Amino acid sequence: MADIKLTVDNIEVTVPEGSTLLEAARAAGIEIPTLCFLKDINEIGACRMCVCEVEGARSLVTSCVYPVTEGMVAHTNSERVKEYRRKTLQLILSDHNQDCLGCSRSENCELQAMCKKYGVDDTQYYAGKRNESVIDDSSVSIVRDNSKCILCRRCVGACINSQGIGVIGANERGFDTYIGTAFDLPLAETSCVNCGQCITACPVGALYEKDSTAAVKAAIADPDKVVVIQPAPSVRVGLGDCFGMPLGENVEGKMIEALRRLGFDKVFDTNFGADLTIVEEATELIHRVTTGGTLPMITSCSPGWIKFCEHNYPDMIPNLSTCKSPQQMFGAVIKTYYAEKMGIPVDKIVSVSVMPCTAKKFEIGREDQSAAGVPDLDYALTTRELGRMISEAGIDFVNLPDGEYDNPLGEYTGAAVIFGATGGVMEAALRTAVEKISGKELTELNFTDVRGVEGIKEASYNVEPIGEVRVAVASGLANARKLLDMVKSGEKDYHFIEIMACPGGCVNGGGQPHVPSKVRNAVDVRAVRAQGLYDIDEACTIRKSHENPMIIKLYDEWYGEFGSEKAHHALHTSYVPRVINKDL
Amino acid sequence: MKVSNVPFQGTAEQEAKLIELINEHKGQKGCLMPILQGAQNIYGYLPYEVQKIISDNTGIPMEKIYGVVTFYAQFTTSPKGKCEISVCLGTACYVKGSAAILEKVEEVLGIKEGECTDDGAFSIESCRCVGACGLAPVMIVGGEVYGKITPDDVPGILAKYR
Amino acid sequence: MKTIQDLKDIKNQKGAQVDIRFGGDAEAEKTYILCCAGTGCTSSHSQDLMANFRKLAEEAGMSDKVEIIPTGCQGLCAKGPVVVVYPGDVHYQLVTPDMAQRIWDEHIVGGTPVSEYLMKEETTSGEDIPFEESSFYNDQVRLALRNCGKIDPENIDEYIAREGYQAIAKALTEMTPDEVIQVMIDSGLRGRGGAGFPTGKKWLFASGNRGNVQKYVCCNADEGDPGAFMDRSILEGDPHSVIEAMSIAGYAIGANQGYIYVRAEYPIAIDRLEIALKQAREYGVLGKNIFGTGFDFDIDLRLGAGAFVCGEETALMTSIEGNRGEPHPRPPFPAVKGLFQSPTILNNVETYANIPQIILKGADWFNCSGTETSKGTKVFALGGKINNTGLVEVPMGATLRHVVEDIGGGVPNGKKFKAAQTGGPSGGCIPADYYDIPMDYENLSSIGCMMGSGGLIVLDEDDCMVDIAKFFLGFTVSESCGKCTPCRIGTKRMLEILEKISEGKGTMEDLDKLEELAKYIKANSLCGLGQTAPNPVLATINFFRDEYIAHIKEKRCPAGVCKALLSYTIDADKCKGCTLCARNCPAGAISGEVRGAHVIDTEKCIKCGVCMDNCKFGAIYKK
Repeated sequence: MADIKLTVDNIEVTVPEGSTLLEAARAAGIEIPTLCFLKDINEIGACRMCVCEVEGARSLVTSCVYPVTEGMVAHTNSERVKEYRRKTLQLILSDHNQDCLGCSRSENCELQAMCKKYGVDDTQYYAGKRNESVIDDSSVSIVRDNSKCILCRRCVGACINSQGIGVIGANERGFDTYIGTAFDLPLAETSCVNCGQCITACPVGALYEKDSTAAVKAAIADPDKVVVIQPAPSVRVGLGDCFGMPLGENVEGKMIEALRRLGFDKVFDTNFGADLTIVEEATELIHRVTTGGTLPMITSCSPGWIKFCEHNYPDMIPNLSTCKSPQQMFGAVIKTYYAEKMGIPVDKIVSVSVMPCTAKKFEIGREDQSAAGVPDLDYALTTRELGRMISEAGIDFVNLPDGEYDNPLGEYTGAAVIFGATGGVMEAALRTAVEKISGKELTELNFTDVRGVEGIKEASYNVEPIGEVRVAVASGLANARKLLDMVKSGEKDYHFIEIMACPGGCVNGGGQPHVPSKVRNAVDVRAVRAQGLYDIDEACTIRKSHENPMIIKLYDEWYGEFGSEKAHHALHTSYVPRVINKDL
Repeated sequence: MKVSNVPFQGTAEQEAKLIELINEHKGQKGCLMPILQGAQNIYGYLPYEVQKIISDNTGIPMEKIYGVVTFYAQFTTSPKGKCEISVCLGTACYVKGSAAILEKVEEVLGIKEGECTDDGAFSIESCRCVGACGLAPVMIVGGEVYGKITPDDVPGILAKYR
Repeated sequence: MKTIQDLKDIKNQKGAQVDIRFGGDAEAEKTYILCCAGTGCTSSHSQDLMANFRKLAEEAGMSDKVEIIPTGCQGLCAKGPVVVVYPGDVHYQLVTPDMAQRIWDEHIVGGTPVSEYLMKEETTSGEDIPFEESSFYNDQVRLALRNCGKIDPENIDEYIAREGYQAIAKALTEMTPDEVIQVMIDSGLRGRGGAGFPTGKKWLFASGNRGNVQKYVCCNADEGDPGAFMDRSILEGDPHSVIEAMSIAGYAIGANQGYIYVRAEYPIAIDRLEIALKQAREYGVLGKNIFGTGFDFDIDLRLGAGAFVCGEETALMTSIEGNRGEPHPRPPFPAVKGLFQSPTILNNVETYANIPQIILKGADWFNCSGTETSKGTKVFALGGKINNTGLVEVPMGATLRHVVEDIGGGVPNGKKFKAAQTGGPSGGCIPADYYDIPMDYENLSSIGCMMGSGGLIVLDEDDCMVDIAKFFLGFTVSESCGKCTPCRIGTKRMLEILEKISEGKGTMEDLDKLEELAKYIKANSLCGLGQTAPNPVLATINFFRDEYIAHIKEKRCPAGVCKALLSYTIDADKCKGCTLCARNCPAGAISGEVRGAHVIDTEKCIKCGVCMDNCKFGAIYKK
């Protein structure tokens, strides 16, 4: 592609053809403010914060979507433009619930930051009629508060463009426009899959997770309860964001220490559950492939994906692996094996997870997720909620020493930790399945074909004695839809498919800390966090799930063989068909 | 929730007609608008039940349909009166006093613009220019155009439709 | 399927008889009764009138000697229903269905026109002048409207008799696509929808890569300006001219599919378009392999659903795609990436109506009329406080005074011309000081006004400019799509300030804030709707600042329109104490003894004006 040379605020800069003025300015070290723009997700030019002057242009240009041309001369920061941006902010504030102190996004709000930056001192300058709204907290995962909404529509872009769902969108028009569901149905009554991508897209406090920290803190404070915690793989490469640490940095040791200081009685790692999932899932796959079972088999770790499948592809439920997710498997182990081993009555255990995910809050309440007769897990916190608990407890996270997991059940392999990235479950499963099928030790452990942030990935492997094994990986439900439609139409044929609801996988989950759009638009957060996980994998001495000594011990002592009946009873589940649009 | 509290009374024939309409347009680029226009012709309005049929049969998310329906002034999610009254508030009619006509209609029927009388007989809406500017101010009652009217003419005109 | 020769045969066969209506001197084979069947006249029962004529003809056994022809709008809507009889070019006005009998008996059968019913023009002096001498028709130059009101829009042969489909034939057989575009550029034709972008240039931008990519030709018939009905009249009166022009555009840029996006509020126009499209397909002037040249072109109708913003080009395309009609930023321009992501051109109805003649008669024929920068004619819809409400077409550069006073017949009831509002909610107003401004694109925008699509609303001394500004802003607020911040919230805040001012609660700071917001919204809005929404406010502040100040400082509405600032009083000397006012007052605000002077309690008064309407002695004043 040809290069374009232009001048931005008197700085000469050369960028590839097709770049926008926003990107060119960034290349020149200039930040143009944006509110509605989210690269690839919401490119609608609506908020008008990014307006700039271009010499010769009839009017101001929308720099987030304005393609640069050779010799263009742009002024991004003139007094006129700054004054306009201030007015834009004041107008937004005039229809915004300015209860900033009580807002979940206070100090982490893009609108607030921008008002500060532009010196908006009179926040009531355009005060007038405001739109009325009610908070929708019907969903177990997501709360919507339209009084905070600034109609940037980033959530809408996330829901329809990234996820191909579209349960929220713009309704009515003009000043009355608001983001809502069809006929204002409570979110819980729609086909929302609780993925939370809308939350991470939101620049303000209009969308947030249903908070479980109060209940968890109460359990910790209760001396009768044994509170067990398990953080998911992706949490360790996200949590640092809450404390201003570099994007994607692995903070596993500090996280363990912080959990301990918060008062959790036992600190384990969902990674153990991930290893458990792999041995069960690989076994299921081998069984299906060798006995003529339903293929392709599709992974079941991502509860957003599961609900999506139940709503949109109920006919493909037989294709779903019956394996519970790592969180639920580990939950089941804690309330059965571990409870018995440690002699703790099940009703005294409060099992908590920390997840990069809001859909996990829905998963814990699903049917057929109660190995011990009570729910496998009691509370699923998001990474953000954990961040808030740590801050509130006055823990100086950045300077914490590294902690250690409790044992047993604290051990994990490299295969487990990569669960957090798209393609990671596939790679982990292949490491086990290929070795099991071929009966030979696998030497090349890196399945690089299935790595990377690309939405749909395919690969095929020749595995003796069964021959070619075709696999595919999709992340982001819009990509999942594309892939499944190809499978259904017969255009594609696979043995095994991995699907994660969130684009890039759990590292970019709806429960992860907010990354300001100016960072998201410049850096691929998904890739940076995934790299953090692959680095951990690379450093692990054991990188195949079935070689996790504790897994081996667990089967020896408790479940017998991989895929045994006992394992099936505790570690597998079932699914229910759902409709997209409910009857009234 | 903004679901109309008037019970849905769609018939099987109406549904068959709608399905036929959907099949006729489905798959064409930009099929949603003609489908919605046709559906409103069939049912008179676009309640939840009708939008659900359209969503289920086209695969278009219901929220998208609802967003489109609430964007355009001509689509309505609640039933209209048997006799629809429309008062033109276009510029030509406005400067000739159509705002007073609308007020009078509201007064006579005891309902506001956008509402329907309890017996379902009349509904009122305002519109922007029907193009009969030569007759300003203009009111349309049950499809019949009344031009050059004064507020005093309103009760007499409405009485014809009782 | 017709060949070019077939069309010529139709023209040869029917042309002379149709030409009679255009001043042709052939001997009439029949009597032709032309009845306006446009929206205005249809609203006044012209269909019943035609039915009566038909019945009379049948009863008299004269169906083969008298032809009753429904036409599109003839222009003088104020006098509708309008009937014209040929031969003789006899115009009748305000013809109700029961007037058919006398016209039939005395004129059609008896040969003597009914003088009482003849069209005449009322002048400001109060004296009627006969139609033949009126400037309403005589001063017009009808290019876009050339067939409107004169031919049967539901009969393709009548259009063909007027050289219809000869332009596309000429383009296809004698011109290359590039030559067609060159003619359009040379003609100087500019878009009649408002912004005035050169049509040929627009086509040129979309002309690359012909034959290799899907392209579209769209027609903007979403005429949304309240009080504007130029496009509707063309669609109702001469739909084939638009269809033919779109085919020419398709040939020029290499598109084979067209869409006409028409307001659903125009049922008659939609009917006529559907009929015209069907006839055009039957004749093979639309569809596959037109005239055997290998050129394919077809057109689909898409109906709007009541959103003014869909007149904006990107919003219109988004709407055709089946979405909320929200505009998106340009670039990419539609010529590059338009409808369904394909190169698309969009022109409005009036623009298209000019094109077939330009192709037939050449660029020079067209560009010798009009002004230096604005060629050809412009159609205006005259409305408001004007005698000849209706549709007129004048050369670009005609003065406002000429259009209002001469063609429009002036302001009725002896009132004074105050201003003309042009360009609808996107435009401004031209005050009396600029009565002699030659109206073209540049002149109007130089005074903060705009040509717009051609709505021209005349305001007189009884109109309050604050109220007019509020009316238009209220319109844009309710028609804003809600996507961008300045238009969604900014216009709403402006309207709130205007409401304050019209209620006498405004301050001078509010006026500053209003202007400041107006300038901000113009500069920052995403699309043309927002960028022009403040114009009515800015123009009225600019020309009628004193009226705003009267509302703010004196709490007074000089025109006596803003209700909150009005007060009604009873002149004790004139009041006879008839009690009629008191009995009719809905608020019980009037008291007084029988035969004694009455008094209005201003606290209770709701300013409805019922008392004043009822007073037989002119004793009640509004101020």
